[in-house]
Amino acid sequence: MLQQISGSIAVAEAIALCRPEVIPCYPITPQTHIVEHLSELIKSGQLKGCTYENVESEFASLSLCIGSSGAGARTYTATASQGLLFMMEAVYNASGLSLPIVMTLGNRAIGAPINIWNDHSDAMSARDAGWIQLFVESNQQAVDVHIQAFRLAEALSLPVMVNMDGFILTHAVTRIDIPNQQQVDGFLPPLVPRQQLDVRAPITIGAMVGPDAFTEVRYLAHHAQKQALAVIEQQAAEFEQIFGRDSGGLVKYYGNENAEIVFVAMGSVIGSLREMQRQTAEEGIDFGILSLRSFRPFPAQVISLALGKAKSAIVFEKSFAVGMGGVLTSEVHMATEANDLKIHSVIGGLGGRSITIKSLRKLLDAALKNELPNETFMDLDTATVEREIERQQDQASGPVAENILRDVGVVSASKTH
Amino acid sequence: MSDSNSQTVKFYQTGTFTVGNRLLDESLRTVQATTERSNSIDSGHRACQGCGQALGARYALDAAMRATDNNIIAANATGCLEVFTTPYPETAWSIPWLHSVFGNAAAVGSGMAAALKARGDTTTRVIAQGGDGGTTDIGFGCLSGMFDRNDDVLYICYDNGGYMNTGVQRSSATPPAARTATTMPLGDNPGSSFDTGKFLPAIALAHEIPYVATASVHDLHDLERKVEKAMSFHGARYIQINVPCPLGWGSEPAHTIRLARLAVESGLWPLFEGERGEVTDSTKIRYQVPVEDYLKLQKRFAHVFKPENLDQLEAIRALALKNIRRYHLV
Repeated sequence: MLQQISGSIAVAEAIALCRPEVIPCYPITPQTHIVEHLSELIKSGQLKGCTYENVESEFASLSLCIGSSGAGARTYTATASQGLLFMMEAVYNASGLSLPIVMTLGNRAIGAPINIWNDHSDAMSARDAGWIQLFVESNQQAVDVHIQAFRLAEALSLPVMVNMDGFILTHAVTRIDIPNQQQVDGFLPPLVPRQQLDVRAPITIGAMVGPDAFTEVRYLAHHAQKQALAVIEQQAAEFEQIFGRDSGGLVKYYGNENAEIVFVAMGSVIGSLREMQRQTAEEGIDFGILSLRSFRPFPAQVISLALGKAKSAIVFEKSFAVGMGGVLTSEVHMATEANDLKIHSVIGGLGGRSITIKSLRKLLDAALKNELPNETFMDLDTATVEREIERQQDQASGPVAENILRDVGVVSASKTH
Repeated sequence: MSDSNSQTVKFYQTGTFTVGNRLLDESLRTVQATTERSNSIDSGHRACQGCGQALGARYALDAAMRATDNNIIAANATGCLEVFTTPYPETAWSIPWLHSVFGNAAAVGSGMAAALKARGDTTTRVIAQGGDGGTTDIGFGCLSGMFDRNDDVLYICYDNGGYMNTGVQRSSATPPAARTATTMPLGDNPGSSFDTGKFLPAIALAHEIPYVATASVHDLHDLERKVEKAMSFHGARYIQINVPCPLGWGSEPAHTIRLARLAVESGLWPLFEGERGEVTDSTKIRYQVPVEDYLKLQKRFAHVFKPENLDQLEAIRALALKNIRRYHLV
């Protein structure tokens, strides 16, 4: 049914259709509306057979998920940013125990400086945690991918994290087709757990493993992620058959497949890139867009193939590894070793900075003239940065964030120490 | 036993002043004394000789199993109990058991209870457990949250007064003056500082949960009764069992039960029960002993007997008197 609703409400509606049995939650912006709406659906009796738990921290939230999933229940939660960091020990544990938990991450920057707006730093902090990490471009995809996430998690007995950009998607009101229960039931069978705490057949979950078998257990986790590469594609195809919508498999490619310049990105920025693509097409300028829907498992072969005709890739990412550079960039490098490809890294949209088509166009124009540097921090205010570097010649130059806010006029200049 | 097929049960002198099980009517004997006990933790685990926690966990879980007709699933914090029961590729657990991480056993237990509730499974019951570090320190937030929500979980803390698995460091349950690897008997204030630490049973009681109790491995009847009573309630319940640790306490493995008894009889480990915020009962000390009787069997307190530290000994006596007064132990 078509509805005009926010991304968060749409995701909550989709989760409810998946018949979750346990939802522990802890509020954190910008995902809170998802769990608020789920609470409403349960309290009102619309979502039956589901236990909702208001817990005291994100660490507890995912820990409850571990207990509940270990007891064989279909389990969901949502978090973002600091919340993901606070639960990180449990994040690694959930995947280590192979528990099919589904979690939404309303992508948000990580502090300090504290910042509630969107980027992908939180998702990247969990990139080695063993979870399947999917990114969505739109709220319709968010709905569709969450439904697939449960089936994927349960088929492989692995936790799945669905990443949707905070505010840009979570808070955006758009037209969304919410599937009906019959469609979802047809796609998502009841959970058959690989392992379950059951008094009739006692098992030990979470035993200690030493050097004698740790490598094998870890390799099997890697193997499961590799299996996911095929399963994601199969399920996306099946989803399209039942629901009549292409929600993307491992990647989606937009534009001319022979384009010499291809943007590589994840999440809602794909929408802006597609708008730019529409505009430049009128000018006769051609470029491709490779949207990575699956970040973990990393579809290296598919990426290499998709960039097979490209001469130049502009990897646009909303996070970076401080002291190293773009994480996605280095992974795309690895995936395209055999390609004849020049790779440019662009870091942008950090902490919610708007990604304008004007700024994206500058990147494209520079790339067309072969003038795009290897690494670009899009829209970086270099004057402010240089002023702070100069200030730091003084050993006691004070807190960076406050200094910069004063420079740009946010903090009262009259403040004295 | 009247059943000719039942095996012979060996009884051991427990070091208490109680008469042995063998003199009691069969119906009054402990769960441990029966061949029907579930052996929730089976033999072959790797606990140290004289481990109080291995005894405490076995006693408590077997009692809970009997109380629930063998319908227990358990969450376990990281720590000695987890390590010594699951050396790869073995497990000593004959009950469904899940270990997640150090600080979340209570929350994992809550998750299990939530799953059972969603399923409408009212038969299966949940126990979460950990040592004192996993309970009073790193797991405290999750435990308080579980109490707050009144989740249907019995949490059992096996309190040996320190981080014994990592090499005997101080926890917030380490008693004052005790030597640990991070509170050495050095300087003006040897051992763990006075005026520090927390008594979690009282904090649990302040959450006004249905049931709170302390127990000791020397009094098997009392321990089993409290576990069975805990299982008669629904909602959040808490039991903290004093479990001597020969390694951490510097005591003889053969003295584990004796030390547990002396802790109670000196007044340093009060046995009490509470319901919904009120202390409902406490166990009177039958033969009160000086704290020295308890302390002198443990190397961790050796320094309090030096002439320059006699003020510490006096302060420990005062702690015992405070417990005796507060919990009406005599």
